[in-house]
Amino acid sequence: MREINQAAEKSSVPVMHGIARPVIVSAVFFMVVTGIGYPLATTGVAQLLFPDQARGSLIENGGQTIGSGVIGQYFTKPEYFHGRPSATSGPDPSDPSKTVDQPYNAGASAASNQGVLSKKLLDAVAERTKAYREENGLAADAKVPVDAVTASASGLDPDISIANARLQASRVAKARGMSAEEVLSLVDQKTTARQLGVLGDPRINVLQLNLALDAASKGRAATH
Amino acid sequence: MFNDITQFAIILAIMTGLAVVLGKWMTHLFTAPAHNIVERGTYRILGVDPEEKMSWKRYGMVLLLSNAAMMLLGYLILRLQAFIPGDSLQRASQAPDLAFNTAASFITNTNWQSYAGESSLSNFSQMAVITFLMTVGATTGVAVAGGFIRGLSRKSTGDIGNYWVDFTRVAYRLLIPLCFVMALIYVWQGMPQTLTADTVVTTLEGAKQQIILGPVASFETIKHIGTNGGGFFSMNAAHPFENPTALTNTLHILSMLLIPSALTYVFGAMIMRRRQGWAIFAAFLVMFLGFLTLTYSSEQAGNPMLASMGVDQAQTAYQAGGNMEGKELRFGIAQTSMFVTTTTAATTGSVDSMHSSLTPLGGFVPLAQMMLNNVFGGDGVGLINLITYAILTVFLVGMMIGRTPEFLGKKIEAREMKFVMLAVLAHPFSILGFTALACITPSVMASLANSGPHAFSEVLYAYTSGTANNGSAFAGLNANTPFFNTTIGLAMLVGRYLTLLPMLAVAGVLAAKKAVPAGPGTLSTSTPLFTGLLVFVILVVGGLTFLPALALGPIVEHLLMLSGTTF
Repeated sequence: MREINQAAEKSSVPVMHGIARPVIVSAVFFMVVTGIGYPLATTGVAQLLFPDQARGSLIENGGQTIGSGVIGQYFTKPEYFHGRPSATSGPDPSDPSKTVDQPYNAGASAASNQGVLSKKLLDAVAERTKAYREENGLAADAKVPVDAVTASASGLDPDISIANARLQASRVAKARGMSAEEVLSLVDQKTTARQLGVLGDPRINVLQLNLALDAASKGRAATH
Repeated sequence: MFNDITQFAIILAIMTGLAVVLGKWMTHLFTAPAHNIVERGTYRILGVDPEEKMSWKRYGMVLLLSNAAMMLLGYLILRLQAFIPGDSLQRASQAPDLAFNTAASFITNTNWQSYAGESSLSNFSQMAVITFLMTVGATTGVAVAGGFIRGLSRKSTGDIGNYWVDFTRVAYRLLIPLCFVMALIYVWQGMPQTLTADTVVTTLEGAKQQIILGPVASFETIKHIGTNGGGFFSMNAAHPFENPTALTNTLHILSMLLIPSALTYVFGAMIMRRRQGWAIFAAFLVMFLGFLTLTYSSEQAGNPMLASMGVDQAQTAYQAGGNMEGKELRFGIAQTSMFVTTTTAATTGSVDSMHSSLTPLGGFVPLAQMMLNNVFGGDGVGLINLITYAILTVFLVGMMIGRTPEFLGKKIEAREMKFVMLAVLAHPFSILGFTALACITPSVMASLANSGPHAFSEVLYAYTSGTANNGSAFAGLNANTPFFNTTIGLAMLVGRYLTLLPMLAVAGVLAAKKAVPAGPGTLSTSTPLFTGLLVFVILVVGGLTFLPALALGPIVEHLLMLSGTTF
């Protein structure tokens, strides 16, 4: 009973008593601890343990930085595998006040945000499907993998599905003067399996695959 | 299909195990009498007495004012951003309405973003405003859950604990250490953690690509463990730097569920009724599984409009298939569906796919979960919201069987029911009221990216997300207008404090009551029967309140999709 009385006594501190100082000090103090101390400490340790990843998983090729291993980039040439459609945009180089389509702009990630019934979405998919068939020499009623004709969420998706890569392989092989088998075996080599055997779905990093293709072409040119 | 279900099962099994481990640790954190040396130093700096016992009114007032001071500090830094040196990209200060919206958003654990991270925030602001507010916002939520449970566990006393002690311990003993360790795992998986603002590379085809960098990993951890949800980048956890692999996606999901599920254990342990904790856990899980099934099945079925164009959406060994617009390949349908369901259940609001491009029923799930607001729920507040409904359930059942309702050995009477009803009603009042206001405001039309029922869903989603302190969006909506910034900002404040404070009052009132021994007429609240009743009450109250609005949005959109109508 005495304990309860004491508790009741202590809790009878007036609601606003001495409240101003801790309220103001706590805002500044916890800003320093959680907003500056914590991220800086993490940065220090991360740079020490995993310097490559901490700096953005950048890839060097022939002495220059050609991209990040986890960020997709825009491919249009027939001798390269192409990534997924991207809805990013950027300032028009000729008139910076205007915005134009700029796929794989890693300075401004974006998605279409179109709903499933949107005419804009359906028109875009129809157009991409037609272009994909023509580009890869497919029949006019051939089934096209869904990832090849829909825009990714980030606009920077680095991966494509195996189905998508296999349909592009013969085009790439032809443009490079390689056999389809060679290209397909590279596709197999560069397929990332499910993580820990169960997480996610199998996928192919387009930039890594294209780098491997370039290396294979170069190797062949050297031996000939 | 088999692999997908295996993934779901593994994630939920790990979540359950972690709930026990972390629950034990958190129980200790909320009940241990001793303060460690760092904490004592902090109390000295703040100028507070850690032994002071606070009434619910004082506890609530300290919470409210310290949150206000933190929000104000964040607002000031955002307004002055352009004058703070060190940003090589020289990003401008935020406008007053945008800075208000951002500061309100992050202190209330909502993390709605009317801005794009890449172009709008310097690395200093990403740390000193966003990471700071995300940490203290989440800390507040967990701390107040501690005070709330303590209130329910006590009898005949006037105090519910000490806010400063709860707050400091949650930050030091729980959130900061967890975030630090997780951040290192994230960097190992490919997340950047640097103070460099950007780098420009020359791609394989010879084009220039500007890649924005920053302290991303330390941001992502508190974002998910704190059920915050705001993105470092505009496209949030869909951006490869925020979520580079299926493993990081899985860890994001587990992080979001970590504290809300552990709090059910803490609840059972602190009120000395373990089975009560599991009864609440079961109620969360039953609803979660129902919603997960709905999302996964409708997203895997894909978009029927695309099927007729010859697009292959079938799941095979070579592709995940499904509705892939606005999704990332490395997650496929299973990981994405799990993320969608988790982020709106645990009211995080982080997104690894664009919710606006979900199928109508897939998009129904996030809306419905945010409207219910207690399928796991955000850190701290999820449990509090569920207890609100538990008290409502014993009240309704008590009325039906003609006995005085009791909860945890306390009589539930008129005064606390008024507080409960205030908390229950503030939520739909804000969602439906603001949505109605937006629908009759002409300038809103210019912000819409879609037309037809999807346009209505965009607006409904915005206020639901704001009020539920979720933060995800049907992001076609251009919400960076003075009207939306102000009204969504207000919805976030209403949704946070008008549900937290009344429930703190309930805890205070119940703490002061005498315990009554359970009699033959007492309804046990830790049985499967009660879990069933609880879920039933939640669904009926939520359904009666929100189905008319949902019928105008995703439900009619689904019917139109089946009939082939486009907009």
